Formats: sequence, structure tokens, C-alpha cells
Amino acid sequence: MSSVSDTSAAPVEIAVAENAGQAQANGPNVFETRDLAVFYDDFRAVREVNLDIRQHEITAFIGPSGCGKSTVLRCFDRMNDLIDGARVEGTVSYHGVDLYGPDVDAVEVRRRIGMVFQKPNPFPKSIYDNLAFGPRLNGIKKKAQLDEIVEQSLHRAALWDEVKSRLKASAMGLSGGQQQRLCIARCIAVKPEVILMDEPCSALDPIATSRIEELMQEIKTDYTIIIVTHNMQQAARVSDRTAFFTTEVNPESDRRTGRLVEYNPTSKIFSNPDDERTEQYVTGRFG
Amino acid sequence: MAVTTAPVHPASAILRLNSRRRQADTTARVVFLAAALTTFIVTLLIIGTLAFDAWDFVSKLADAPDGLGALTELGWFPRRGLFDIGTLLVGTLVVTLIAMCVAVPLGVGTAVYLSEYARPRLRRVIKPIIEILAGIPSVVLGYFAIAFINPNLVVKIFSGADRAFTLLAAGLAVGILTVPIVASVTEDALRAVPLALREASYGLGAKRSQTTFRVVFPAGVSGIIAALILGISRAIGETMVVAIAAGAVGGALFHVTPLEPGQTMTAAMAALGFGSDQVAGNNLAFQSLYFIGALLFVMTLGLNVIGDRLVHRLREVY
Amino acid sequence: MALTTPASTGGRAARSITDGLTKRGSDLRGKLIEGVLVTALAATLLILFVLIVDLVQRSWPVWTDRGGDFLSSGLNSASAASAGVWSGIKGTITLGLIVCVIAFPLGIACAVYLEEYAGRTRFARLTRINVRNLAGVPSIVYGLLGLGIFVNTLGIGRNVLAAGLALSALVLPIVVITASEALRAVPVAIREGALGVGATQWETVRSHVLPAAAPGILTGTVLSLARAAGEAAPILLVGAATGLLRTGDQGFLDQLGGAFTAMPVVIFSYARQTGEQFREITAAASLVLLVLVLAMNTFAIWLRNRYDRKW
Repeated sequence: MSSVSDTSAAPVEIAVAENAGQAQANGPNVFETRDLAVFYDDFRAVREVNLDIRQHEITAFIGPSGCGKSTVLRCFDRMNDLIDGARVEGTVSYHGVDLYGPDVDAVEVRRRIGMVFQKPNPFPKSIYDNLAFGPRLNGIKKKAQLDEIVEQSLHRAALWDEVKSRLKASAMGLSGGQQQRLCIARCIAVKPEVILMDEPCSALDPIATSRIEELMQEIKTDYTIIIVTHNMQQAARVSDRTAFFTTEVNPESDRRTGRLVEYNPTSKIFSNPDDERTEQYVTGRFG
Repeated sequence: MAVTTAPVHPASAILRLNSRRRQADTTARVVFLAAALTTFIVTLLIIGTLAFDAWDFVSKLADAPDGLGALTELGWFPRRGLFDIGTLLVGTLVVTLIAMCVAVPLGVGTAVYLSEYARPRLRRVIKPIIEILAGIPSVVLGYFAIAFINPNLVVKIFSGADRAFTLLAAGLAVGILTVPIVASVTEDALRAVPLALREASYGLGAKRSQTTFRVVFPAGVSGIIAALILGISRAIGETMVVAIAAGAVGGALFHVTPLEPGQTMTAAMAALGFGSDQVAGNNLAFQSLYFIGALLFVMTLGLNVIGDRLVHRLREVY
Repeated sequence: MALTTPASTGGRAARSITDGLTKRGSDLRGKLIEGVLVTALAATLLILFVLIVDLVQRSWPVWTDRGGDFLSSGLNSASAASAGVWSGIKGTITLGLIVCVIAFPLGIACAVYLEEYAGRTRFARLTRINVRNLAGVPSIVYGLLGLGIFVNTLGIGRNVLAAGLALSALVLPIVVITASEALRAVPVAIREGALGVGATQWETVRSHVLPAAAPGILTGTVLSLARAAGEAAPILLVGAATGLLRTGDQGFLDQLGGAFTAMPVVIFSYARQTGEQFREITAAASLVLLVLVLAMNTFAIWLRNRYDRKW
């Protein structure tokens, strides 16, 4: 389903993109995309995305609806594979390895790159079984081990105190905010390197939202996080680097195609962006 | 000085509907209500005739020389006054069991594949074919049982089997008949499980088989059980296949082996109703027909109610 | 300043990441499971295929030797050489007509009441439950209904009319359920539009809702007809002939006198006869019925796809 224009198995020295500004070399790049485009059948939904995601940073994708930020996010863990007719062009490399290479197994990709979705989606099982699901997939069967993983993940997601006495209760009985933290804990339980978050707070109330934002700051030291959000203030509060997407009229059809406009440290995007469209968006003049 | 005012129409005169239209509306409503009531009439008639004639049979039997003992003495020979329900129940059970051994693997397997593995294009081609299978009249499958299944499969594999009629062949044919309903209810159950659960599972790095069996299946389990129950009900109620292929004419001994001819509740009814056991008129043998019918009705009704309840519960959860 | 990625700094780090992403451990179990499921699907399709091939193959001599004569000969379970399906065709057509006249108006009217008038009342809920239960009752019980009520109590006698009534009762729940679904698919906006300009409920149903739901209702009725055409048990109990019907004594109206049968019963009669010739006859008759039923089902599905409007 993916067509690749070049393989990137050969080691390369990557030159810094010109508009990286005062980027500190915070660490190696976890992801690099080159001319990434996503098609649904013949329709090009997103084009020419060039991004480098740094390790242990929180990167935010912002932009008006329909600009493709979720679509691009889902490229990083190959979730677009689940959609019929979805096709990727260009490259997405993960530590230098092409994610869409012919030998790469999507299942292994998703183990290392986890995802939290917009609407919390706990399994209709107990809290314990929700968390143990991932580790059990990977062959961990001993109760003692699973217990430890469950407890650690819940601690990390700041949910342990609230549920420690009812691990066997159904996860569906938790509140929306708790369910989303459960999903984050479930994600953490498989020890990923990266956590992708697709508008994780849009279905939650402000208090639950701020708890999750706190959580993101706490776990950033162990993970690399990419968050898609339609809430600009959230992006400004939480992220180190921000990518702004927008939609353009597509000469080939009536529908609009998304594209990356600017990618810079967050402080720059919100105070002194390079592109005029970015400025218009963050100051609220459109979108 | 006289003041004349224009005649004032009462509000009702302006707002009253043309009586012809109003009449038509009311008549229509009554007609439709009557139609809805006929469905209850059908139910009442069914229950009435079954209950009345079954009771008639039992009370007449109680008066007969052997009394109600005739119901439990082994062997179903209505013309001789032997009405062993047990023989029929065992026959029905054997056929149903064999049928489910066919219908469950094929039906559930097909449904899981179509719902979780197949590409949309393949699904669009296969589904109509399954619907074709559902439309095959049962007499045709009865013919298939004695003309093909028994000679070519049963007799070849089990050399001790009866050459012409076996409960096994009948059971296999009933199984084929039951595959479509098991498949369609199972597929509905699986489709009802929301996509978000599958996404959560794949997002954690699960393989397709793990997602299907550890997440989707458990979430849709009440629907799958409903499929089994409705399948069993269908198999129990199937008449023509066993009437043609199970073979027992004139009566049946009590036995359990599927490699011989046998008699089920429905086939016994068919035989009584027209054929070898047909004795017209009001005598005991003929009325046992209603007795079995009543039993059959109660059994299938019970199963269907439970099955429908489960399907409803699944729809409510999601 | 140049940034480097782990892959660029050295072979070992790059290789371990690549290895990790491609380690598939040959998912044998997953492949096996998928194989089992495909086998289930293939087996189902294979059975259908074998059935059809067997029917065609075995009935071939009948078509080549007798062809049209087979279609016009009457029911004859004594002599395979003169056996035909004409009695069955006539009976099935007559029964189909009776079902159309009785079950369809009743069923559609009931559905209209449920969807347009009664809505969420307790009565509607009870009626729906009742209809669902009736739909699951085995067909032979409808034969008992036919025999007990239509033949005996109402005194209609063992003729095609009683059989048609029994079949109508059998098919009624299916018509109600499919018509209900078709009516439910019509958006509320259409009704509101008509009522809003002052139409009565009946006028709304007659001029707007029913026409909009017509394709769906038609699909349901064709499917019900196909189901009725394939049923044997009810007709058998009511008294369909299984032995012999000379072509002479069956005008269409003679069926009211008692000498009637239908395609499924014809197949049943021939299936019970011994001998290879009768096997061929049975296969030929089965093929005729199968073609009829499949044609109706295919027509119904085509109807549904063609007119499945997206509102």
C-alpha cells in the first residue's frame, strides 16, 4: 500500500533545515520525513511534509481543520495502513530506517510508537486487563511481572492512587479524564519510545485537560511526544517545537490539500513566526 | 342607530378540516390498526390450535388402555399406539448436534474472515453468494442429502452406514442450511464492535489475529452466542430435509447411532400429516401430530426469545 | 551545524534498529489462523458449487431427452418417463398469487401502522415482539395452523386456498419486518414537510412516505415470495398431492377442489421414489425451483442496490 520513492538504509549526514532558527541540538532526530505525501485513492490529502522530530521533545501539530495534521501523525505509526485506499509517498524514517520499507513489520512499528486517540477507547475489560493487554501480547505471562508493569504504568500516568483499590473493576466505569489517562498508561505499559497523541484532550473538560498536560511534561524525559491539537493555547503551553499546517486549494480537484507551512521552536511560532500565514493563524485572523 | 357588523365566523369554522379528508384519515388509521391486530390473531390461532388439539390428544391418551405410559415406552409407532417422545427428541438432538458441527465452524469462520480479514472488494463479491445459499429451498437440500451426501460421503467413510438413509447425512444437510443464519448474525455482532477498540489494539502493536480474538470476539460474544442459539432453533425446526433423508417410515426404534435411519420431531410430524403414518380423521395417531407440534413450538419459541434478547443487548451496549 | 542520526553514526546501532523493526519471527500462528478462516469460507462456497454441479449433471439426460415435455407433464410418481413439473409450476404460481393478495397488503399495512401511527407505544413494542417471534416459528407449525384452522375449523377444505392462507401466515412476519425497515429509512424531514403544509397523516403516507419507501418494500416482498415458493411443509400438511395428478384434472380452478400441488412438494414426491431415473427427475425439478428462487432473490438484491438512495 505504500509506494516509496527512495530507500534510506544508507547512513546519511542530515543538514539542518534553514528555518530551524535557534534549535538546540537536543538530541538525535527520532523521525525525519522527506516530501511526505498521503493519498486516499487518487486524492492527495497532504503534500510535501518535511519534518525532523527531536528526541525527548514535545512537538505540536496545529492548523485549521482538514489540514492533514492527524493524517500526518498517523503516518508515524503506520495507522493509515488500516484505511483502505490510503497510500504514502515520500519517506518517513525512524532512526534512519524507512518505516515504509518492504521489510518493515507494522506490528513492530506500533510497539515502539504508541498512540493515544481523541476519544478515550478503553477495552470493555477490567482496568488491570486493559493495562496487561499489551505486555501479554509480547509474551509476558507471569503474574508478578504483569502486576509490576500495571502498577508502574498507572503511577506514571498519575492514575494509580485513584484506581489502586479497584483494578478488577471495569474500565468503562471510569470518568472521561480517567479513561484517557488509562489509555496513556496502557500505551506506556508496552514501553514505547514515542507517544503520538491525536487531540487527546478535545473530549475532556478543562480540569482533566490540565492534568493531562501536566502529565505530558512529566513524562517527556522518558518519551518523545507528538501531539495534534486544535487548541493553540495548549500547543503554546506544552510543546517545545510546533509545526503549523494549512489547507490549499487543490488545482486537480475541488477538495483542499493540506501542507506544512512552518516548523520552528514554539516560542518563535507564537511570537515571531517566519511565515505570514502562521502569523495570521496564531493571532486568530483565520482558521 | 343600528350598527351592522360583518358576520363573524367562529374559529372552528376556519380551522375545521374538510370532513371528507378527515373521514379518509380516520378510516385509514382504523384499517392499519386492524392489519396490526391480525398479527396477534395469527399468534392466537397458532397457540389455540396447538394447545387445544395437543390437550385433546393427551386426555384421550390418558383414557386409552396404556394410559400416559405410552408416552415413555420406547419406540415411536403411532399406528400401534406407541408415542415415545423420547425417540423423537433423541433423533432431533442427534441431527441438531451434527448440524451445528457443520454450521458453527463454517458460519463463524466465514463471518470472522469477512468481517476482520477480507478486503471490501472480496466482501462485496462473497456476501451475495452467501445470500444465495440462504435462499436454497430445503427440499433441494434433502435431495442433495440422499443423492449425494449419503452415497458419496457417508457410506464411503463409514462402511457400516445404511446405504440409503442416515441421520448423519440428514444432519449434514441441515447444517448446510443453517450456515447462513449463523454467519449473518455473527457478522452483525462483529460489525457492531466499534472501530475505536480495534484501533486501540492495533495501536498497541497487536497482530490481526490477536486483535480479532482478544478484543473483537470478547466484545461481541453475546451476539455470537445469539447466532448459535438461533442456529440451533433453525436446525430443530427443519422439516423437509429430514423428511426426505432421515428415512424412518412407519415408525422408529429408539437409538442413538447416526449411521442408521431415524426420526426427528419434525419428520414425524410430516409423516403423520400426509404420508406413511397418515390416518385421516380424529383418531389418536393423527392427533399426536399436534402434541409434537406444541412441543416443537415451545422449544423454538424459547430459543428465539433468548436469542433475540441477546442480539438486542449487544445493540444497546454499542 | 550538522545533525546526525544514530543510523549515520555507525553500523551497529543502525543494524539493531533495522533488525528490531523487521523481526517478524515468521508469524506462523497468525498465518495458520488466517488459513483456517479462509478454509471455512472456501468450504462454504465449495458446497454451493458442488450442489449446483450435481444438479446440472444429474438432470442433464432429462433436458436432452425430454426438454420442454418435462415442463409440461403433470405430477406422476409412478412413471419416471411421464413425470413432469407442470402441476408444480401451476400450484406455485397460484400460491404466489394468493400470498400477494393476502399477505402483502396485510403486512405492509401493519408495518405502516407500526412506523407511522403507533411509534413508541407499548402496543407497538408488543406487536414488534410478536412479529419477531412469529418469524422464528418453524414452517411446519404453520402447516398445523393451516390444517387445524383453515382446513378444519373454517371448513375451507384441503385445497389450494387453504394452503395459500397458511403460506400467507408464514410470510406475513417477514413482510412486516422488511416493510418496517424500508419505512424507517425514509427521513423524518419528508413527513414533516408534508404535514407542515397541512396534509393529514394518511395523505402524507399515501403521497410521500409510501412512494419513497416503495423500492425497499418491493425488495422485501420479492424476498418473501421467494421464501414462500420454497416452502413444502405447510402445503404438505394442508393436503398437497404427492402421488399422481393427471394433466387432465388440473385446470387452475380445479386446484380449489383439492387436486393441487406445488414445486417443493413435487420435488419431495420424486425424491422419495427409488431408481436412477427418478433421481434424474428430482434433480431436474430441483433445478427448476432453484432457478426460480434464485432469480427472485437476485432481482430483489438488484432492486435494493439500484434504489438504495442515500438521503
